[in-house]
Amino acid sequence: MERVLVILPHPDDEVFGLSGTLAQLIDQGAIVTYACLTLGEMGRNMGFPPFASRVTLPQIRRGELEESCAAIGIQDLRMLGFHDKTIEFEDKVFLDEHIHALIEEVKPDVIFTFYPGYSVHPDHDATGEAVVRTVGRLPEADRPPVYCMAFSRDHEQAIGKPDISFDVRDYLKNKLAALRAHRSQFQAADIIGSKQHTDKEIRERFGTERFWTYKFETWK
Amino acid sequence: MMQPIHPAEVQRRLESLKDQDVYIHLEMTTGAYAAHHDASKHPAATFITNAVIQYSHSLISGNGPYRVGLKMLQGWIYSEGLTHYEENEPERLILAGHDQQGKLVVSLQLSREPF
Repeated sequence: MERVLVILPHPDDEVFGLSGTLAQLIDQGAIVTYACLTLGEMGRNMGFPPFASRVTLPQIRRGELEESCAAIGIQDLRMLGFHDKTIEFEDKVFLDEHIHALIEEVKPDVIFTFYPGYSVHPDHDATGEAVVRTVGRLPEADRPPVYCMAFSRDHEQAIGKPDISFDVRDYLKNKLAALRAHRSQFQAADIIGSKQHTDKEIRERFGTERFWTYKFETWK
Repeated sequence: MMQPIHPAEVQRRLESLKDQDVYIHLEMTTGAYAAHHDASKHPAATFITNAVIQYSHSLISGNGPYRVGLKMLQGWIYSEGLTHYEENEPERLILAGHDQQGKLVVSLQLSREPF
């Protein structure tokens, strides 16, 4: 995997399910383009105690995203300028044109996104939907594999077990640095603990990242 | 930096923006993950951003969390649960209500320029 394209709607969507995998692929020589559709400007988390406001949040989150990408090693970050919470309502032609142009330019060996329908947040589902819609329109031979993250309740009953798994225990440093970068969104100390969690617990909890290869034969 | 609401200062800013076209951002949300974390919760969110309104009368009320009512020519704007304001934004009014985890639940913002 030399060229990797990541398409996600919010700054911080990369952290839990994907950052270790990306750090590993980059370490092995991959070039990663991360297209982040929005700045997460409608997020509820403002820091604790709150230090951001609706007005300052977009710029704060832009900085956090840049810091997270630097921690992972991502070489090419694009912020596409869509508005948080609106992806499912966007003009599909307009949205798909952006994604198609990225695919044409990057010519990825693999695309990472959310599994449409099983990713909880409407923006996650709509982003995954737009990606598989756009990739699905390509001739079959030209379609890069689409690796999806899914975490809705009972998702495995519908889509089965993940078929791709990365052991990212050697890249937890990058992953935790990415987590800490999003300081308005996560209280890192609460999540990774200070003394409560042993290194072993952290490695078990964060050390594997799993994906489902999207099956285009089921695409409607 | 958001600060706990100082009602007299908020009232002063409300007065400074009355009787003129102002852009409003009004929002309330339980968060997109409410039902994911707790199936008994009902996720709800609504916002309107950069609508143009004009009000002739305004009041911040309560002992905290606070309520704000804006009387327009043909109706009202109401917001409850406000706890914080942005003190370093003298030209605009940035109000928000945060829960005990610091998460934003409600926001009311007024400005002469679009947000």
